[in-house]
Amino acid sequence: MRRAYFKFSWIAAALLAPQLMIIFVFFYWPSAQALYWAFTLEQPWGGGNTWVGFENFQNVLSDEYYWGSVRVSVIYALATTALAMSMALILALFADRQLAGYRAYRIGLIWPYAVAAPAVGLSFQFVFNPGAGIFSYLNTLSPGVWDPSVYPSQAIASIVIAGAWKQVAYSFIFFLAALQAIPRSLSEAAVMDGARPLRRMIDLQLPLLTPTFFFLLVINITDSFTDSFGIVDTLTGGGPFRSTDLMVYKIYTDGFRSLDYSGAAAQSIILMLLVMALTFVQFRYIERRVHYT
Amino acid sequence: MAKISIRDVRKSYGKDQVVHGVNLEIANGEFIVVLGPSGCGKSTLLRMIAGLETITAGQISIADIVVNDLEPRERGCAMVFQNYALYPHMTVAENIGYALKVARVPKAERMERVAKVGASVGLTEFMDRRPGQLSGGQRQRVAMARAIIREPRVFLFDEPLSNLDAKLRVQMRHEIRRIHNRISATSVFVTHDQQEGMTLADRLVVMNKGVIEQVGTPSEIYDHPASVYVGGFIGSPAMNFLSGQVDRGTSSVKLANGDRVEIATSIATRHHGKLVQIGIRPEGMTMVPAGQGTLNATFEFVEELGAGRLYSLLFEDLTIAVLANDRQTLAPGTPVGLHIPATSVHLFDADTGKRIEAAPLAALQMVPA
Amino acid sequence: MIERTPFLNIATHVILLSGLIIIIVPIWLAFVAATLTLQQVNSAPIELWPSDQLWVNLQEAWLLSDFGTKFLNTLIVATSVVVGKITLACITAFALVFFNFRGRMLIFWMIFITLMLPLEVRIVPTYAVAANALSPFQTIMDATGLTWLINTVSGIEVSLEWNLLNSYTGLILPLVATATGTFLYRQFFLTIPDELVEAARMDGAGPLRFLWDVLIPLSKTNIAALATIMFVYAWNQYLWPLLVITDRANYGLVVVQLSDLIPDQQTTGGGTPTWHLAMAATLVVMLPPIAVVVLMQRWFVRGLINTDK
Repeated sequence: MRRAYFKFSWIAAALLAPQLMIIFVFFYWPSAQALYWAFTLEQPWGGGNTWVGFENFQNVLSDEYYWGSVRVSVIYALATTALAMSMALILALFADRQLAGYRAYRIGLIWPYAVAAPAVGLSFQFVFNPGAGIFSYLNTLSPGVWDPSVYPSQAIASIVIAGAWKQVAYSFIFFLAALQAIPRSLSEAAVMDGARPLRRMIDLQLPLLTPTFFFLLVINITDSFTDSFGIVDTLTGGGPFRSTDLMVYKIYTDGFRSLDYSGAAAQSIILMLLVMALTFVQFRYIERRVHYT
Repeated sequence: MAKISIRDVRKSYGKDQVVHGVNLEIANGEFIVVLGPSGCGKSTLLRMIAGLETITAGQISIADIVVNDLEPRERGCAMVFQNYALYPHMTVAENIGYALKVARVPKAERMERVAKVGASVGLTEFMDRRPGQLSGGQRQRVAMARAIIREPRVFLFDEPLSNLDAKLRVQMRHEIRRIHNRISATSVFVTHDQQEGMTLADRLVVMNKGVIEQVGTPSEIYDHPASVYVGGFIGSPAMNFLSGQVDRGTSSVKLANGDRVEIATSIATRHHGKLVQIGIRPEGMTMVPAGQGTLNATFEFVEELGAGRLYSLLFEDLTIAVLANDRQTLAPGTPVGLHIPATSVHLFDADTGKRIEAAPLAALQMVPA
Repeated sequence: MIERTPFLNIATHVILLSGLIIIIVPIWLAFVAATLTLQQVNSAPIELWPSDQLWVNLQEAWLLSDFGTKFLNTLIVATSVVVGKITLACITAFALVFFNFRGRMLIFWMIFITLMLPLEVRIVPTYAVAANALSPFQTIMDATGLTWLINTVSGIEVSLEWNLLNSYTGLILPLVATATGTFLYRQFFLTIPDELVEAARMDGAGPLRFLWDVLIPLSKTNIAALATIMFVYAWNQYLWPLLVITDRANYGLVVVQLSDLIPDQQTTGGGTPTWHLAMAATLVVMLPPIAVVVLMQRWFVRGLINTDK
C-alpha cells in the first residue's frame, strides 16, 4: 500500500464504520452462520441445534442427486465458457480491425450484458418452447422430437445456450479492450515485417491476449456457478428429473422449498470453497500476468 | 539501394492538411536526415514512404517504381521505430527473424542469418532473452537488427535515439552510420535534434509546418541558411537576429536605434530600402572595448562552456549571444562593444524570412518559394 | 496504413454480422412475439415478422403484473443501491488509502474477501439475517452474557429485532455489502499524485475538506462508471428479491415479476400459454438497463474493466 497522509483519527474510524458494519452483518455473520448450520442439525421440534460434526457433509456427499447436480454444474460451466469465450474472441479479433460500422458492431455486441438472467431465460423459453417457439418448427417436421421438458440433454443444451448468450458480451468487452491496448507501433512493425492481417492475429494478437484469456476463463467459470440461477429458474426449473439442477439452484430448492437448512448450508459451504478456490487461483496466478511487458 | 523520388506530396487528415507539396530527390545510398520540430510533418513523410500512411496527393517512387498504392511489404523498406516496437512475447532471436519467418525462409537458413546479424550488432549473448529483460540500448540494437536482416533497399528511422540517454545516443549515432556504410542502403532518418542531423547527414532536409525549408549538406545549411527559420534552428548556440533597413548610401543595415551594421556593397545597392532581419552567429562576432565596435551593448552574464565562453549581452531589449575564448571577468552592466564583420552577416527579408543574396548562387540548392 | 485485403474485409463483415444476428435473434423473436395475438403466438411455425399488437400487449401485461408500482420500486431500489454503493465505496476507500493505522492491511483484506463470494452462494444464511438484522448483535450479547447482565440490573429483557423482509432496506443493504466499488475507488485514489495531497495540506485542508474539495470532483468519471454498472446490477437482481419479498403487491420488483409470467399451469390455469404477454413484459423490463448501457457505453466499459482487475 502507499504512504498514507493523515494520522488516524475518529474521522477515519467513522468513515470505515459503515462498510465494516454492513459486511459484518451481511457477509461475515451469514458466512459464520452457514458454517454453524453445516456442522449442526436443527432439532425438528425446536430447542436449538445439536452438533453433528461432518454428518451433514457426509449426507450431502453421498447423495447421488448432489453429485448429479455437481456434474451438470461442471458441464454447464465448461460448455458456456467455451462457447461464450470462443465467440467473443473471434468477434473481438474481427471487430478490432475497425472497418466501417465499427461503432455499430461494438454497441450491438455489448448491450446484451444489460439483460437480466430471468429475461434471458424467459426469451429463450419462448425460443425453445416445443409448442410455440422457433424450435417448434422441428416438431412440425417430426412430432415430439424437440421437448426440453422431456429430454434432459435438450434441457441442458438450452440452459447452456442461454447461459453462453448472456456471457458473450462480457468477454467481448474485455477482449476488445485488450486488443486495443496493444500499441499501434507493434502492429506497424509486423506490417513492415510483411505480416498480413490473419498472420498478425495469430503471431501478434493471440499471444498478447493470453493473460486476458486466462483471466476471463476463471471469471467465466466462476460466474457460471453463481450467475446461473435466474436462467435455470425461468427456463427449466431444475428439471426435467433434476437434470438441470445446478448447484446454486439445488441450494435454493433444498433451503427454501424443502426447508433443509442444514443440508443447504453444507452445500453452500462446499460451493463457497469451490468459488473461493477459483478466485484464489485467479488472483494469485493470473492477475500478476495481466500486465504484459 | 534505391533512389527515392518524392514529387509534390501532400497529406491531409480530413480537412487538416499537414504536409503541403513536398518535393525531394534522394540518391542511391544517401543518408538523408529530415530535421524539424514536433508536428512539422517529418514523421508523416517518413510513414508515407513506408506505406503506413496513405498519400493524399502527389507521388512517391522507389527505384523508379511508383509506390503510392503498394503495401509496405511490397516496397522493400525496413523501419526502426521510436520506441523500438519489439514483440514482447518473442525472444530476441525470434524478433529478429520474424520477417524471415513470414517470408517462409527455411528454418536452417533463417537461424543462420539471425545468428549472423545478431553478432553484427553485438547481441549474441542475448538471443534467448525477451525484450523486457534488455536495456534501452540493447533494445535499440534488436530493432536495428530486425531491420538489417531484411536487407532492405531503404532504411527508415523514426527518431530512434530520442529515448536514449545522451551518452548512449552519441554511441548509437556512430553505430547507425557504420551500419549504413557497411550495408550501403539508402537511409532516411527523422529527428528533431539538430546536432544529430548535422553529424549524421549526407544531406539535411529541414522541415517546418509541413513544408521543406531547405535541403543541403550540413555545411551548406550552416553557412547559407535559406530562411530565418533554418538559421535559427540550425546551430547551437542559436543565431542572433536584429531588425533593420538596408541603406545603399552607407552600405549597411540601419537598425531601429540608428546603429549601422556593415554589409556587402553589392547587396546594399540591389536591395536599398528593404526591411530586413540580419542574422549573426555567436561565433561570428567579437567583443571589443565599448565604442570601438559596430554596436554597443551591456554585459549581463556569461556561461562557462569549458572550451570557450558564451556571453549574454543586452542590446536594446534583446539578448545577444557571443562566443569567445577569453577569460576576462566583467561586472554585470559593463558596456561592451561588438564588432560584426560584413562576412558574418546573413540577410533575410523581413516579410518572407527568406535569404537575400547579391546574385543567385548556382551552387546552392534552395527550394523554390 | 495501406492494406488491400478485400476478401478478408468481406469475411470480417460476414463474421461480425453473423455474430450480431445470433445475438439479436432471441430478442428479435421476443419482440415479434410481443406484437402477436394469443392465437398467433401459439401457432407453429413461428412468425418471423412483427405484427401490430405491441401496444395492446404491453398494456395488458402492465396491468396484469401491476408494473406501475413495481417499476417504481425497482427504480427506488436500483438508485438507492447506486447511491449507497458509491458513497460507501468512496469513503471506505478514502479511509483505507489516505490514513495510516494499525490493522490497515487486515481491514483491507477483510473487505477484499467479500469479493470472493457473491450473494448467490450465501443466500440461506443471509436470508436468516435479513429476517432479523440485529440477530448477530443479539447473539453476541447473549453469548457474552450482556443480556443477562442488563436483565439482572434493570429488569429489561433485551430482544433486538429488526425485520428487513418485505422492505426497501432489506432489498438494498445486502446488495451494498460487497466491495466492488471500493476497489474501483481504491485503485483510482492510488493514482492521485502525492504532490496533490501535500499541496492541499500546505493549504491547510483537513482530510474531509480534501475529500470533498479535491478527490470527489476528480472522481467524476469513476462515479459515472460505477453508477452504470451498479444500476444494471441492482436492476437485474433476481434471486435475492425473490427470497426477501413475499408482499409482491407492495414491494415486488419487475425482474422478479417475470418469473410469474411464465406461461405454465399456474398462470394460465391450463389455458393457452400467454407468451405474447410474457414477451411484452420481458421487453419492457429489459429496456432501462439496456438504455443505460447504450447511452453510457464509454463509462460502462471503463468501469467493467477497472472493477474486475
